[in-house]
Amino acid sequence: MKRYLIPFAIFVVLVVFLAIGLKLDPTYIPSPFIGKPAPEFNLPDLHNPDQRLKASDLKGQVWLLNVWASWCTACRAEHPVIQRLAAMNIAPVYGLNYKDKPEDAKKWLRELGDPYKANLVDRNGDVGIDWGVYGVPETFVIDKKGIIRYKYIGPINNRVVDDEIVPLLRKLNAEVG
Amino acid sequence: MRIKRGFVPIVMVLLAISLPSLAAIDIHQFDSPEKEALYKKLTGELRCTVCQNQSIGESNADLAKDLRRKTYEMVSAGKDEQFVLDFMTQRFGDFILLRPPFQNNTLALWIGPLVILIVAVFFLIKFIRRSVNDIPLTDTDRAQAEHLLERDE
Amino acid sequence: MIPEIGQFALILGMVFALVQTVVPLAGAHFGIASWVAVAKPAARVQLLFVAISFIALSWSFLTHDFSVKYVAVNSNTALPTFYLLSAVWGAHEGSLVLWALVLSIWTTSVTVFSRSIPPVTLARVLGVMGFISVGFILFILVTSNPFERLVPAAMEGRDLNPLLQDIGLILHPPLLYMGYVGFVVPFSFAIAAMLGGHLDAAWARWSRPWTHVAWVFLTLGILLGSWWAYYELGWGGWWFWDPVENSSFIPWLVGTALMHSLAVTEKRGTFKAWTVLLAIFTFSLSLLGTFLVRSGVLTSVHAFASDPARGTFILIFLAVVVGGSLLIYSWRASQIRSYVHFDLLSRETGLLLNNVFFVVAAISILLGTLYPLIVDALGIGKISVGPPYFNSVFLPLMVPMVILLGIGPLLRWKRDSFSRIWPKIWLIAVISLVVGPLIPLLAMGPYEIRATFGMMLAIWVLGATLKSLFEQTRGRGFATVSRSFWGMILGHIGVAVFIVGITLTSVYSTEKDLRLDPGDSYELAGFKFQFDGTTKIIGKNYSGTKAKLTVTKNGKYIATMEPEKRNYRVQKQPLTEAAIDAGLFRDLFVALGEPLGSKGAWSVRIYHKPFLRWIWLGALIMALGGLFAASDRRYRKLAGRAKKQRAVTIEAVS
Repeated sequence: MKRYLIPFAIFVVLVVFLAIGLKLDPTYIPSPFIGKPAPEFNLPDLHNPDQRLKASDLKGQVWLLNVWASWCTACRAEHPVIQRLAAMNIAPVYGLNYKDKPEDAKKWLRELGDPYKANLVDRNGDVGIDWGVYGVPETFVIDKKGIIRYKYIGPINNRVVDDEIVPLLRKLNAEVG
Repeated sequence: MRIKRGFVPIVMVLLAISLPSLAAIDIHQFDSPEKEALYKKLTGELRCTVCQNQSIGESNADLAKDLRRKTYEMVSAGKDEQFVLDFMTQRFGDFILLRPPFQNNTLALWIGPLVILIVAVFFLIKFIRRSVNDIPLTDTDRAQAEHLLERDE
Repeated sequence: MIPEIGQFALILGMVFALVQTVVPLAGAHFGIASWVAVAKPAARVQLLFVAISFIALSWSFLTHDFSVKYVAVNSNTALPTFYLLSAVWGAHEGSLVLWALVLSIWTTSVTVFSRSIPPVTLARVLGVMGFISVGFILFILVTSNPFERLVPAAMEGRDLNPLLQDIGLILHPPLLYMGYVGFVVPFSFAIAAMLGGHLDAAWARWSRPWTHVAWVFLTLGILLGSWWAYYELGWGGWWFWDPVENSSFIPWLVGTALMHSLAVTEKRGTFKAWTVLLAIFTFSLSLLGTFLVRSGVLTSVHAFASDPARGTFILIFLAVVVGGSLLIYSWRASQIRSYVHFDLLSRETGLLLNNVFFVVAAISILLGTLYPLIVDALGIGKISVGPPYFNSVFLPLMVPMVILLGIGPLLRWKRDSFSRIWPKIWLIAVISLVVGPLIPLLAMGPYEIRATFGMMLAIWVLGATLKSLFEQTRGRGFATVSRSFWGMILGHIGVAVFIVGITLTSVYSTEKDLRLDPGDSYELAGFKFQFDGTTKIIGKNYSGTKAKLTVTKNGKYIATMEPEKRNYRVQKQPLTEAAIDAGLFRDLFVALGEPLGSKGAWSVRIYHKPFLRWIWLGALIMALGGLFAASDRRYRKLAGRAKKQRAVTIEAVS
């Protein structure tokens, strides 16, 4: 008698999973880099193309990498938040100008303000691929040892800055490099 | 680190999400037919991470094009299939593999069907062996039954 | 005004569906004949109102009523008329109205073709169907109203997605829904029988034709979807194991198992509890499919716009309907067990094994489809499950199934022996082992083990099926063969044809992506493709470029192929219209990529796909088999007999 309830029991389990599924996002990809060393890059600066910056140059400090482009509408929406974050002076924000034209990027920054310590030009997106970027904007937090500790996908807002990023930055700043 | 659901659609719109209407046609030169075949195979094994469930071979999204280019570069340089798959997995996680790797969290997936089949056949045989006929047949019944069975529709 | 009528008609439809559910079910329970008799008229009036609603929505499209949001989002004044009509079901809200309409059509059909069914049983069947109707119409009214107004009205519509402006959209969804939804009939019969507390062979006999017809529609619907994807999507694929595709294939697999199981229950009185469970599963999987496709829990190129509120509603409905059915099942199943013995080597076992394979295959595909969700929900990772997985798992499962397909129909009922069956099959096995490798070698060229294996299976099926036809007609002639039997023969021949198509096209297709300048040519699979250049084109709601390629083989003219690249004005989406030269034994396929440089060069993809059409031809033959089986004389005789019985009763009374 009891075994006829088996289909029902299996179904209940299925419904539970489906209900949980309704709250999940099937397209969200968690970064495999959390806790791993930041991939190296060697890129020219947006404003001074002769100058180049490597990821390893930035060891010894906590820093943020914000991936953005002038063709990206959400980056525009996120920009004031980035400016606010940079103005707090807890950690420098470096920009990765992703698959963009330098002239368009510079114009965009002139128009909206430039909060970045430096902006690196990733013309063909290869560095983006190395960092696992799949949608702009994305923001990474890297610690003093050069390990990626946090990634946010999508435009950041003030709540994320105040509740997640700033506390993390303070904590990482207190760590020994 | 979950993002709010509303932002993902924006992100996807920004990346000009792949429209399946465009055949993703790249012109690549290959040293050998084996390399060309490997490239074709890999574009079917890697997922376009910004698309609605397509491989990088099927999609014309920007990221898909970039990933194809990288795949081409690696194949042309003589790298093998596992190298390319590992390269992509390092950067995007298991999600980018359309063939789920055989590991702890996919054991049920890969072994499941076979196990279910074996269990089902086992119970089937047990059920058939156990079933009992509770109406005894007379010889005339039996002969009539044989005749009907022969007709077989 | 008309949209409001449409919405009001939906509400009335739901009211009558509610009456159709509550009154007859109560009447059946309490034995009140007048309540039981309410079922048929209530069902028919429900159809009337749902149809009015559907017509109102279509009217809004035809008259370009952009004050209706759904019309504004999915059409445009420049949209050709037949696409205006099919746009009705081109997006989520309208497609649900189609669902409701198809459901009420099936319900009314049951009221018409049910003369041999006792009124109390019929009342229960219609009651269950009414419950489903209530759920769907409520879903539309609460979360997905197509008649919602747009204030202020739009000046111009956003146009139908160019991908959907195609005959595929006109045919595929209605056929698919007729199949998908059609399985509600055997489902309702099963529930009705369990509510009534008795399940005899008559239940199986009533259910069979309905199951066959629903199965035929689903087969055709899936076939059309595959065909449409092939020529519309531009890269020659015909099946992608996409979650939405799987959502239709899984019920098809279980529906096929149900069809075979019903055959046994009707003829032999066995498998009753199991067949009832299959009937519940098939429709439950249809409902699950509806959930997966519209809730956003899975990513798919086909998915409708998703919304958590909608997902939640469908999930609750799914939980109630399926959960309720499975509870009723667990309550009644022990009472409907059959106690008939059969041997391990018998046709019954063969058919049970068939069921096992189909159900395991269905479970495997469902597992693969849901696995990313399960892993994510458990927090143990984020993975994808794509075509490589499904191909690796599904194909090996089907191989023993196909081998069994040959032996099954030759087995005797109840008890057979190896010594009796072996003489019948050894020769066919040898022929398939010998001829199998020959065909690809002779017809296709390079030796490929996969092609050989596939062809061996196909010939095995064909040979064994012809053998069982021979056995049946031996001494009796073809005229005595019932339609039901022809149905089986055609169905299995369809499988053989299908296997040939899949095998040869998967193994021997060739393709090339290349740059062509005007005047260039390229040779693929013996065909020479000459690129003659491009011209500009203007259509009703698009503009673009058309290329011309002349195809020759050994100097002989074969075809002129004209692929296009279109830009739709409103949606601004570029679309590739591939050029296809279709043939029974091969397809040639050319798609345009991008213009390269300024001298008229283009990137092009060229395909040669041998035996591709055999895939759909096989499915078509299977569907034809289903039709034959559904129209078997004994179902029509049943109706005739019932009529005669009533005539006798009337005579007796008068």
